[in-house]
Amino acid sequence: MAYAGNKSNRLSDSALTTLPLVFYLVLAIGLMIADQRMAYGNQARQKLSIVIEPFWWVASAPMRLFRGGSEEFALRSQLQADNRQRRQDLDIAIARIHQLQAVADENQRLRQLLGGTRGYSLKVQMVGILDIDLDPFRQRLVLDSGSDSGVQLGQALIDSGGVLGQVVEVGKNRSTALLVTDPDHAVPVQVARSGLRAIAYGTGHSDRLVLPNIPQSADVRKGDVLITSGIGGRFPAGFPVGTIIGVQPDKLRLFVTADAQPAAHLERGNEVLLISNRPPMIDVGPPAPALRKPPVAPALPAADATPTTEAHP
Amino acid sequence: MIRPPTGWLVHGSFLLGLVFAVLPLPDMLQPVRPYLLAMLLAYWLMEAPNRVGLGTAFLVGLLADVITASVLGEQAFRLVVLAFLVQHFRARLRFFPLWQQAVAIGLLLLNDRVITWLIHAVVGSPPHGVAYWLAPVLGVLLWPWLYVLIDLARLRARERS
Repeated sequence: MAYAGNKSNRLSDSALTTLPLVFYLVLAIGLMIADQRMAYGNQARQKLSIVIEPFWWVASAPMRLFRGGSEEFALRSQLQADNRQRRQDLDIAIARIHQLQAVADENQRLRQLLGGTRGYSLKVQMVGILDIDLDPFRQRLVLDSGSDSGVQLGQALIDSGGVLGQVVEVGKNRSTALLVTDPDHAVPVQVARSGLRAIAYGTGHSDRLVLPNIPQSADVRKGDVLITSGIGGRFPAGFPVGTIIGVQPDKLRLFVTADAQPAAHLERGNEVLLISNRPPMIDVGPPAPALRKPPVAPALPAADATPTTEAHP
Repeated sequence: MIRPPTGWLVHGSFLLGLVFAVLPLPDMLQPVRPYLLAMLLAYWLMEAPNRVGLGTAFLVGLLADVITASVLGEQAFRLVVLAFLVQHFRARLRFFPLWQQAVAIGLLLLNDRVITWLIHAVVGSPPHGVAYWLAPVLGVLLWPWLYVLIDLARLRARERS
């Protein structure tokens, strides 16, 4: 009798100690499901950005100091050489732009003749990358400007190589971008040579994209360059996305799967360009100065400070 | 007996651990980044069980999830499991010699890696490399230093007050 009582006592004891554990574990699992199924994680981070940003700021401080220091103590000759190289690059780039301007004008005219509606105007803004390491198993990036500088949800991100990703969370002074190589990411692309349209998915590896479900008869081969097709409106058309490095039949042998290497420099670089499509109706008539304002009204001085340019593809 | 440590030391160490979680490391070291938060949590669970518990583990883990942009709840889950194990074996862990304690912490960290691996398999992350399983080894090597360092900090704090 006494033994039985003792035993039940011990049982209830252990039940009491594991109860909080079970409670917290169930809570954590619930959160994970909510994040996976309904993407509550992004919303939570956006709400908590005030709490997060100080941590990011502190973590990126050593690297920032190091960069600042190396710039401060750079050799004069080195800076001059750097400067010369930049000027040369700029000259070449300007020459190329002049050539392209004529083509763009012609293109615009032809589109108008056809009654096309793809006259999107592009807004370009340069932002820095914050030097911190996020979860190494998710391909994400933190940018050091946020809604105060006019960054918006869904803006596309490019660097000198090509498409890098898109903005998924915007804080006050920081924002987070999803890279093209994240398994959750997909870009509508087009093979530049044949015009074949497909969708490029991320794989979680920083050097690989995959294009599943291509018809067997499709014209795609190794070495083909992929560009954004502009379908969906999120990514402007014509930016390089990657290069096909292999084509093989899929498991069912009904379709073909292509592997591609991303064109953007995902591993290096500390500055990227943010671009956003704006509806074509803005393009009508002479550009009104008021339209250059970013939609967030209090951000006007900050937006003036950042290099903002307009281009008409 | 040793007096319970001051609150700011516990909180400050967790804040440092959170910063360390996103501190930029060279590419080579990235997959073997030691899980400092878990080690700090284990230390405080052993030394100040009246201040730190499962609730702390959950909150710290949630904060880490938000800061490192991992799946919301992932690190909370991992740290709660770890905290429960440390609480359960606290009496034994506390009186181990330091090297034995380090090995025990290494086993806890390895268990944590297995849990992470399972979570990632369910969530659908890409497969991990071999280096992924080496992080607990680094944790073992780091544990004695961490232990002595926090002990020293506590000693200094007590002398000052």
